[in-house]
Amino acid sequence: MLSVERLSIDISHGRDGAQRVVDDLSFQLHAGRTLCIAGESGSGKSLSSLAIMGLLPKVATLPSGAILYDDRDLLSLSDRQMSRLRGREIAMIFQEPMTSLNPLMRVGQQLEETIRRHRLDEGNGARRRAREVLDAVRVPHVEKRLRQYPHELSGGMRQRVMIAMAMVCRPRILIADEPTTALDVTIQAQILELMRELQQAFGTALLMITHDMGVVAEMADDVVVMNRGVVEERASARVLFSAPRSAYTRKLLAAVPRLGTAPVLPPRTSQPRVLEVNGLSVRFPVKRVSPFAPATEVCAVENVSFEVRAGETLGLVGESGCGKSTTGKALLNMLDHSGSVRLNGRELSGLKGSALKAVRREIQMIFQDPFAALNPRKTIGELIAEPLLVHDLADGAGRRRRVGELLEQVGLPADAAARYPHQFSGGQRQRICIARALALEPSVIIADEPVSALDVSVQAQVLELMKSLQERLGLSYLFISHDMAVVEQVCHRVAVMYCGQIVEIGNCQQVLHDPRHPYTRRLLSAVPMPDIDHKRDFKALLQASEVPDPIKPRGYRAPRLEYLEAQTGHFVARTADAEDSSVAEPMPV
Amino acid sequence: MAWYVAKRLFSAALILLGVTFITYLLLFLIPADPARQIAGRSATAEVVANIRHQLGLDLPFYEQYLRYLGNLLQGDLGRSYVQRSPVSDLMAARIGPSLQLMAAGIGFELLIGITLGIVAAIKRNSALDRLLMAFSFVGVSSPHFIAAMLALYFFAVKLDWFPLGGYGGIEHLLLPAITLGILGSGWYSRMVRSSMIDVLHQDFIRTARAKGLTRIRVLLRHVLPNAIVPVIPMIGIDIGIFMSGLVVVESVFGWPGIGQLAWQAIQQVDIPIIVGVTTLSAIAIVLGNLVADLAVLFVDPRIDVRHA
Repeated sequence: MLSVERLSIDISHGRDGAQRVVDDLSFQLHAGRTLCIAGESGSGKSLSSLAIMGLLPKVATLPSGAILYDDRDLLSLSDRQMSRLRGREIAMIFQEPMTSLNPLMRVGQQLEETIRRHRLDEGNGARRRAREVLDAVRVPHVEKRLRQYPHELSGGMRQRVMIAMAMVCRPRILIADEPTTALDVTIQAQILELMRELQQAFGTALLMITHDMGVVAEMADDVVVMNRGVVEERASARVLFSAPRSAYTRKLLAAVPRLGTAPVLPPRTSQPRVLEVNGLSVRFPVKRVSPFAPATEVCAVENVSFEVRAGETLGLVGESGCGKSTTGKALLNMLDHSGSVRLNGRELSGLKGSALKAVRREIQMIFQDPFAALNPRKTIGELIAEPLLVHDLADGAGRRRRVGELLEQVGLPADAAARYPHQFSGGQRQRICIARALALEPSVIIADEPVSALDVSVQAQVLELMKSLQERLGLSYLFISHDMAVVEQVCHRVAVMYCGQIVEIGNCQQVLHDPRHPYTRRLLSAVPMPDIDHKRDFKALLQASEVPDPIKPRGYRAPRLEYLEAQTGHFVARTADAEDSSVAEPMPV
Repeated sequence: MAWYVAKRLFSAALILLGVTFITYLLLFLIPADPARQIAGRSATAEVVANIRHQLGLDLPFYEQYLRYLGNLLQGDLGRSYVQRSPVSDLMAARIGPSLQLMAAGIGFELLIGITLGIVAAIKRNSALDRLLMAFSFVGVSSPHFIAAMLALYFFAVKLDWFPLGGYGGIEHLLLPAITLGILGSGWYSRMVRSSMIDVLHQDFIRTARAKGLTRIRVLLRHVLPNAIVPVIPMIGIDIGIFMSGLVVVESVFGWPGIGQLAWQAIQQVDIPIIVGVTTLSAIAIVLGNLVADLAVLFVDPRIDVRHA
């Protein structure tokens, strides 16, 4: 149906000449089949899809190649002719559902606009079609949604609306540019299942761009692997996963963490306790509507208790909004909290001033976005030495020496100290953040999604570094993440959080391979596996579930969760309607 | 929402109180003596003292101010020292023309400013864009009365397109309104340009184009409404700026409005009128800003006034 032939795209940098970002790309799309373009960031996959739609930025030029659709070369069409095809025959959905809808227009208006533009219907007919398509994407309470504004919908709901807008004219081709990357794993599963259903119902050709090999295994019939603009391999999905020919593909598949394949890490239960958390609660007050309205607050973290031993990594997993990052920040005393936090036997809560400063040396944090965590105006040497400066631990020469030691420990060259953050790649910046966290020789490092923003091959390197540092220095980590496979690679024990509470905690083998709590099972069943022979069935997840409201009146006391010990060290929160957890059936993989 | 408006109205009342106090205090401190002005040069000290006592100018400051405030709350703005008629009557007669000029002036500012801003944003970084931005700079920097006099000279005297000032039908209104419109448009055109460039880079514009909408539709229905949102509070501030300009501009064009009244009163040190005009301007500015802020709440559904 659509054939891309030897497409090349250049980006011009003004007087500095042009850079080739896509080189000699060719593939075909067929009705009812899915083609995935897989690759890491910078591989040129998004630009290729924009070229098909004719939405390339002005700095992009097309020195060679053609895109044939129904015997017409799309690259030779004028913008007016292309705009008639866009939305009607070729539709596209994008990565960020949070910002992809016009915030000032109601959802119904945005849907009807597409219908009217392509002259499918007018007035009441358009409204009826809008309602039908929202039903098809399984949006609950359709009438209410049509009148709402985008900011009133959640991320998953917005992505469904985007899919509805794209499918409303029954296009023959749907291009999806990383449609689920910004979504939680259960929502991702729902969206992928939805796209599969729509494809079967309408016979649409689906072109999906993604970096997640698990998603590729779930959705693709054919795969194109791109690396820096060059096609590394083009094959059917089955051939690619079972017998990859190109070295790059093999490297990529090897770097993808697969749930169930990580080596089991030896337990550390005999080591002394480094961090003990008891009854931690964090609440944020909500500004009142008027002095007469009742005071409410957001219960972000409710009664969380766990412990971490020396040399151990505790994983904290959950979806967005469950309170895991808030827990991490509360442990550093960055947020007001109630409950007890003991670090190396000393109580942290309630400390202020110089006492707090002294204790802060022993617990440090690394953050999710290495691009935003480094001050762009300071050199690396200044950034890493800053903790030493703040705590007055060494003079100038001493600081320089320590920076050199730290750079060596994280595997960066010594001359990096004079350079600026923008000169480093994402993985290297995360290493710099780790070096900075190590400067004070802490006992515990809280890692808040440290590898989520990195490419898959770089992820593996950073995780290796963290594990080797743990071996050498006896560090403990609190590893906060939403990615189960990554957690399995580095963690000894795992805690699962839902709505601010821990619902299950135990060692990796127990929680990830023998989950007892219904939420943990739901979470694990939604993770896409990069295994072509085991396509998951997401139908059970398709019903969107309502999340309980975290806003409660001030002074609200949540009912305490009871924990049952299903196995030694494996605690599961008792749910109202669960059967006796200790005899629950193990989950089939 | 009602609570928010109540809070704003309360703040507005406090602002007005402060404005009247400062104005009254400043006028109190001026060395010019209104009693002497009224009495004339050849009056004896006794006559001057008499007039001063009649007007209550020999009372201490706070007593004069409190008396004024008391009258103000009853709607009595006092009597003009020079013309002996109630200030409120004088102002009521002149407020109509001033509002006309302000509405027409700000209307032209918006029309010219928004159009030029859109054009500059679409053709950004081209020669046309740079020309338009330079033009806006010139407009905003020019002193209004010189520009007004030049406009009068060229268009009314030399080219005879418009009548030479005065008040009457629409042909009298056009020249002052367009002149002020062109001068003030630069402020809006710069804001609209940068706001539009911001919006053009947003993801939802890409979505709109991916849906196949025509360029015009994307521009008018998606880009412009989002780009205009920061402009609305600017209109409230502009009312204040405009009012301060009226004092001189109306005199140049012979426009019988509040500004001209204030100009005459300043020259004659006619304190009740000066304070009255200042108070009226303060009320207009505060109300204008309040309306502009409330308008933003209606235009942008994301703003939740309960937590504002």
